[in-house]
Amino acid sequence: MAEHYSSFTKGGRLWFVQRLTAAFLVIVLAFHFFLLHFVHHADEVTFLMSQARMTNLTYYSLMILFLFTATFHGVNGVYNALVNQGLTGTKRQAVKWTLIAASAVLLVQGVRTANAWAGGVPI
Amino acid sequence: MSQSYNRGTIESFSRWREFSAGMWAWIFHKFTGWVLVGYLFTHIAVLSTAIPAASADPSTLAASGDIYTQTIVTLEELLLVRILEVGLLAVAVFHILNGLRLLLVDLGIGLESQDKSFYASVMLTGAITVASVPTFLAGAL
Repeated sequence: MAEHYSSFTKGGRLWFVQRLTAAFLVIVLAFHFFLLHFVHHADEVTFLMSQARMTNLTYYSLMILFLFTATFHGVNGVYNALVNQGLTGTKRQAVKWTLIAASAVLLVQGVRTANAWAGGVPI
Repeated sequence: MSQSYNRGTIESFSRWREFSAGMWAWIFHKFTGWVLVGYLFTHIAVLSTAIPAASADPSTLAASGDIYTQTIVTLEELLLVRILEVGLLAVAVFHILNGLRLLLVDLGIGLESQDKSFYASVMLTGAITVASVPTFLAGAL
């Protein structure tokens, strides 16, 4: 009977970061869903309500960290899934750099959006 | 000393009738992961309407007439969007619960009962999803 199984290379740095972000996202994704669908409701969203939340430094920081960890976890998960399916060589490199570029665009746009609400970093 | 766990050739989807709980968990986790990462990009694209909305005049913002608020309100008026949101919740809850199961297994906890914890994840996902339907559909019917 196997004592340990993982589809990732054991001891790998990305393997560890994937698990670390998972542990963080389990809590923050549940909080995000609960706050914005059960405490507040999505159909009641207004710019001013979103702005009121995002001008709070703690909430803003949590959402920025959420954006970065979710992007890493999601995009690295896609990359791992493709590698597990047998992606190798030039195709693997092309996919890797495409995913990195897509992540960069997502992060820049996410931070721009957060700053649009908060009027810059709310310090 | 670690050993590899023989999961068979899971890529042969024609064998789906022979799949064990762990194989279904692997497939569901991949599927929900693809949905969530796709949604993340869509979510940021929709929320980006806050960028032009930020330069709207205060009276427009106070009257909820800005492009961000109007985009969200228009989407939320569609029953299809509400139903897709229930689906998103189901996908997110399963990914969270199965993710916890995977984290525990990677820590060496619960490998012997990994099939039972998969069934528990599915049942709890179903229960939470069904219980959330009234909240998600409120005002749309």
